[in-house]
Parts: sequence; structure tokens; C-alpha cells
Amino acid sequence: MGRPTSRREFLRAAASAALMGPALVGPALMFRAAPARATPVEMREAITRLIGSASVHQGRVKIELPPLSENGHAVPLTLSVDSPMTEADHVKAIHVFTEKNPQPDVVSFRFGPRAGRAHVATRMRLADTQTVVAVCELSDGSFWSASATVLVTLAACVEEL
Amino acid sequence: MANALINVPQRARRGEIIEIKTLVSHPMETGYRRTQTGEVIPRDLIRRFVCTYNGTEVFRAELHPAIAANPFIVFNTLATESGTLAFHWTGDNGYSVTESATITVE
Repeated sequence: MGRPTSRREFLRAAASAALMGPALVGPALMFRAAPARATPVEMREAITRLIGSASVHQGRVKIELPPLSENGHAVPLTLSVDSPMTEADHVKAIHVFTEKNPQPDVVSFRFGPRAGRAHVATRMRLADTQTVVAVCELSDGSFWSASATVLVTLAACVEEL
Repeated sequence: MANALINVPQRARRGEIIEIKTLVSHPMETGYRRTQTGEVIPRDLIRRFVCTYNGTEVFRAELHPAIAANPFIVFNTLATESGTLAFHWTGDNGYSVTESATITVE
């Protein structure tokens, strides 16, 4: 460049760059800001993949999550099913799904009569305020479901280091 | 780096339901996070946890990225006989940790 850029030219260039900018880098930034998330539809698909054509009843399984979580990195999750846990009548599995984490699956716990009690606790990540669904599978082949909604202040999973 | 903590009652009555707490040190890297320069941090997860009681499987969990770092799992089992409870975690990058505890059943 022959002569130094004047303030006016600089401002004009900056303004046009600001106008052009979002069109060029917008998609990339949007992708960075909002990484792939599961959706309630994907969650239902994941549940369907698990249970096939069986119908899901409401109840039996109990899901406990705090209504408000300040830290989505480790949210205490407790699952239980009121079941005698005998050879004839026991809980085979409890599966957990989320609607807004990057993928819908959270965990699958598998039990048998030797478990004694269908009660399990762990800590999960939550990427956003959302509903978490638990689906339990009983030895008679029926599926039962319950859900809990958690308000999350600090999201997990997708932040930058 | 086998750093797992397990809490099993040392003795129990026959037929009693005992609570078992397990905690294992692991980052549970989801594969969705990026560094400040935009590179994806590779996934590194524990995928599976199995508890066997004298060789018989009594509990199993399949873990996904939504399980918090340092997976903590509390579950129950029926105290049937004296013996060994073995805990086995396996995951990405050949991760495999086994811990065991003995229990006396009266």
C-alpha cells in the first residue's frame, strides 16, 4: 500500500467487513456455538429402538433428579422400581434418555433376581434444561416410564476447555 | 492407575440386601468438547461396568457420554453366600480395571 489508510477509509472497510462477515463466517460460528444436540424426536427414536413396537406405560419406575442443578457436570440421579425382584417378577433393565444432550442415551442398568432391589444411583451430565426419561423393562416384557425435568444453570458436555 | 473405590459391607446376614457403592477415577471424555483452538478432544469413555458375585453376574451397566466424570454407581445385591464380589470396568483405548471385595455371609 502506497499511502497510509485514512481513518475514514478504515471505518468504511470495517463497516463493509462487518456486513459481509456474518454471511461468511456465520455458519461456522453458529456450528461452534450450537453443536449437534439430540432432540425430543431423537430421544423418542432411541426409546423406540430399544423397545420396538411394545407400548410404554406410565409409572412403576421412579426417577429422582434435583429440580434445579447449578452444575450440569454431575447431577445426582436415582432410579428405583418397586418390584419383589424374584425369578418370576423382576426388573430386567432401566434405561435413561435425555432430549437435549448431544446424544439421547445416558445409561442402561441391567438387573436380575440377584440384585435384590431395583435401586440404583449415579451422577449424570446435563447439557441444558431438559426432561430426562427413565424406561424400565420388567421380566414380563412390559415397559414403564417416568420423567423428571431439571433446570440447569451451568451446562455440561459441549463447553470449550 | 487402578484407582477404584468400592464400598461393600464386610459381613451380612444370608438373604440381606446389601448396598454397594463404586467410584472409579476416569475423565469420561465425551468426544463433543473442543479445545480453544477448535480441535475435538478425542472420546475416552468407560463403556461397561459389570459386578460378579462368586463368578455370577449380578449387575451390569452400559455407560454413555452423559455419565459424569469419575463414574459413581450405587446398586444393591442379595447376600447369598460368603465369597468375592468382583468389579470390572472396561472402556475406550483398552481401558480395563478390576477390583474385588470379600464378604462374609452368616
